[in-house]
Amino acid sequence: MQENGIGASVRRKEDQRFLLGKGRYTDDINVAGQTHAVFVRSPHAHAVIEGIDAEAAGAAPGVVAVLTGEDLAADGIGPLICGVTVTSDDGQPHRAPAHPALALGKVNYVGDHVAVVIAETLAQARDAAELVEVNYRPLPAVASTAGAAGEGQQQIHEEAPNNICFNWPFGDKAANDEAFAGAHKVSSIELVNNRMVTNPMEPRAALGEYNSGTEEITLHMTTQNPHVHRLVLAAFNQLAPEHKLRVVGPDVGGGFGAKIFVYAEELVVGWACRKVNRPVKWTADRTEAFLSDAHGRDHVARAEMALDENGKFLAMRVYTTANLGAYLSTFATMVPSYLYAFLFAGQYATPLIYSEVKAVFTNTAPVDASRGAGRPEATYLLERLVDVCAADMGLDPAEIRRRNFIPKDAFPYQTPVVQCYDSGDYEAALDKAMELADYGGFGARAAAAKNRGKLRGIGFSSYVEACGIAPSAAVGQLGGGVGLWESAQVRFNPTGNVQVFTGTHSHGQGHETTFAQLVCDQLGVPFENIEVIHGDTARTQFGMGTYGSRSLAVGGVAIAKACDKLIAKGKKIAAHAMEAAEGDIEFAGGNYTVAGTDKSMNIAEVAFNAYVPHSYPEGVEPGFDENAFFDPMNFSFPAGTHICEVEVDPATGEVEIVDYTAVDDFGKLVNPMIVEGQVHGGIVHGIGQALLEGCHYDADGQLVTASYMDYAMPRADNAPDFKVDYAPTDPPHNPLGVKGCGEAGAIGAPPAVINAIANAIGAKHVEMPATPETVWRACQAEARSA
Amino acid sequence: MSTINLAVNGQSVSGEVEPRALLVEFLREQLRLTGTHVGCDTSQCGACVVMVDGKSVKSCTTLAVMADGCDVTTIEGLADGADLHPMQQAFMDNHGLQCGFCTPGMVMSGLDIVNRHGNDLDAATVRRELNGNICRCTGYQNIVKAIRAGAKAMGG
Repeated sequence: MQENGIGASVRRKEDQRFLLGKGRYTDDINVAGQTHAVFVRSPHAHAVIEGIDAEAAGAAPGVVAVLTGEDLAADGIGPLICGVTVTSDDGQPHRAPAHPALALGKVNYVGDHVAVVIAETLAQARDAAELVEVNYRPLPAVASTAGAAGEGQQQIHEEAPNNICFNWPFGDKAANDEAFAGAHKVSSIELVNNRMVTNPMEPRAALGEYNSGTEEITLHMTTQNPHVHRLVLAAFNQLAPEHKLRVVGPDVGGGFGAKIFVYAEELVVGWACRKVNRPVKWTADRTEAFLSDAHGRDHVARAEMALDENGKFLAMRVYTTANLGAYLSTFATMVPSYLYAFLFAGQYATPLIYSEVKAVFTNTAPVDASRGAGRPEATYLLERLVDVCAADMGLDPAEIRRRNFIPKDAFPYQTPVVQCYDSGDYEAALDKAMELADYGGFGARAAAAKNRGKLRGIGFSSYVEACGIAPSAAVGQLGGGVGLWESAQVRFNPTGNVQVFTGTHSHGQGHETTFAQLVCDQLGVPFENIEVIHGDTARTQFGMGTYGSRSLAVGGVAIAKACDKLIAKGKKIAAHAMEAAEGDIEFAGGNYTVAGTDKSMNIAEVAFNAYVPHSYPEGVEPGFDENAFFDPMNFSFPAGTHICEVEVDPATGEVEIVDYTAVDDFGKLVNPMIVEGQVHGGIVHGIGQALLEGCHYDADGQLVTASYMDYAMPRADNAPDFKVDYAPTDPPHNPLGVKGCGEAGAIGAPPAVINAIANAIGAKHVEMPATPETVWRACQAEARSA
Repeated sequence: MSTINLAVNGQSVSGEVEPRALLVEFLREQLRLTGTHVGCDTSQCGACVVMVDGKSVKSCTTLAVMADGCDVTTIEGLADGADLHPMQQAFMDNHGLQCGFCTPGMVMSGLDIVNRHGNDLDAATVRRELNGNICRCTGYQNIVKAIRAGAKAMGG
């Protein structure tokens, strides 16, 4: 192993520039002649636009243009699309109402885009936006997830009767019903998965530049997937031909899913810069981010488990209503379907699973993937239900999990919900977590807490997540419009340093470091001589981007494959240079050696020979630069057990997380320091959902949580230090032996926290976010019923 | 327009600003010091924290004219060339940053915590004092660790 190779907690290459204030995020970029865009947004959740008077705005100081949906349509710019088809129970594809980037006659949520004002300065654009007069005729709004498809509800889109996007049944209902009919016991739960706003700290931004000489548009923007943005903007929105559109995601200040999607603003900026033939810049303020970033979660669900007399799970059924918002965001349909129901097996050998998902439109912001995307919703539902089962059966929550775990010798394990898990040892993670959390000592700690007037509880969450979505053929069969492979190019320069071009991107995960470690390990090139490049369609070959914890598990393997090709080519060059047969050349630690001799050549010398091929093997191309694509055979299945311990103050309802243990299986760790950071961040994201974060629309569809003064983000004093450890297994289909780790915390944490609170106060269920008021009310209810 | 004269990172600067211009706009747009970020506009997230006359200030809710005559330090003013300030170094050594967007504000707030509480900081104090800074990436544990280590290193 190289010193800075796989397994080393190398300090991050990214940090120097970020710490010096030399990061380069989209809003940091300014160009000569730049104008500023401000969007006129709907103040109504649902209204007909009877007229737009832009005369006063157009005449205001500094205004370059005021543009509306009609201008956009007249230029042939297409509506925003949803890239995954779900077939509804009537055999038809999901209902996909038109989603214009600027409204055409109607607005469907507060914050919906009505017009854009472009002016010389940001202040002038803001002032002029106030002068755009829009004549709205308000309509009744549909704001409730559970009630959206109800009888007599206001219709939002003509194309979607009863506001239903799709009804998606999945599984063998008859067999499931039979198992329930014969069950020893049926446990059930009804719950809400609270709507969240993803909230990367850097708001979305875009800067469009048009070169009338080359007819190229360059769009700098906050993106997790520049090539996907370019593809969709070119192929579906007709912004520009793909080869005349460059999308650059410079440093990205967090994403967590929110920067995957093709939004109205970035499209409009790209179009407007050509229209006004000036660079156009737009940066969201935080309230705009709350109004118009795709939101996450927002399910109402009922789940039941059929059990035998030993507490074994016989069958499970789930009925879910999922809110997709006013329009379909780019991957909206996939989240409450394939990314959700396919996770219902969790870590358990439940033989039968049946699910029905009703996806509905409401007059709220579009809902799409947000850290975990469907998997947190599935895991929360399942792990809460398992705790209810344990209580109903009088079993310890650890014991009921253990009884139902898929045994470690059963892998590969085909679940009843499509997924075939490749590796896992769930009991090992549970055992380790219980030891680290000192489960045996919990009783004494609870008794001590009681003496202090506190209720102490402990909660488990044993999760599986499916990330690194693959293979592409399966994505296609499910109705996805893309392939989910990844690409890489590894280029030696003649002087021996290496540039690694990856089709993934980074929004904080440290790929410039992790990927350099891979290459350092494999090629034996010093870590400091390796640079990782991503995020620019003009520099990297086509790639799919970063989301779904795929960057290392998929993109890392593509890099390794490109390195393999370099090593193989280098053998030919080294054999020629050292006058040996190619078959006698061995490569290790950056050196080609002739087996059984002391003849050796460093890979940097081989690279130089390849660029200066004066004495060179016949038939071998010059250059030392290889690319590779990797389409995995399966998803990656990280798993683990999280244990949360809380103390509840029954007088105030306040919850303190006093201890938190996470034992995860991420396969092989490339940079343990970075992985642990991902675990911490994911857990706090999950704690945020469990205790603090709730996105609320009132009955009229007004967003009442549109700033950090109304939407509670987790802060430093909301969590303790975490105990983090690993129980790795080797995923046989992944050539690097790695699994994804970026979303696991956000998936594992919410049920661990709520199970702990329910355990503390003796309640069957407490809804998220478990604010002091919610918990206090639950305590009062328990006291009354006792 | 008003004329303001101030020191930024030890350099005297002057500028013409609208009365409504914010200090962060002056720093980012006129001086092109883009290390200071805007994350929320409501003085909640702290990505915009700079030092004004030795005290941490949220530059997104400070008018530029209020900084007239003041001594302002931004994240760009801490290091000696490429040699990081001990607080910056501690963030690197303890993996106290991921996407880097909140980081300048975290570092400046860390310095302010040291100014007010000294070099021997316990975790609870740092967690409490970070109430005005939001990070979505790190889960805070390593930021707390970094500020404690940075504080210690600053004490020699």
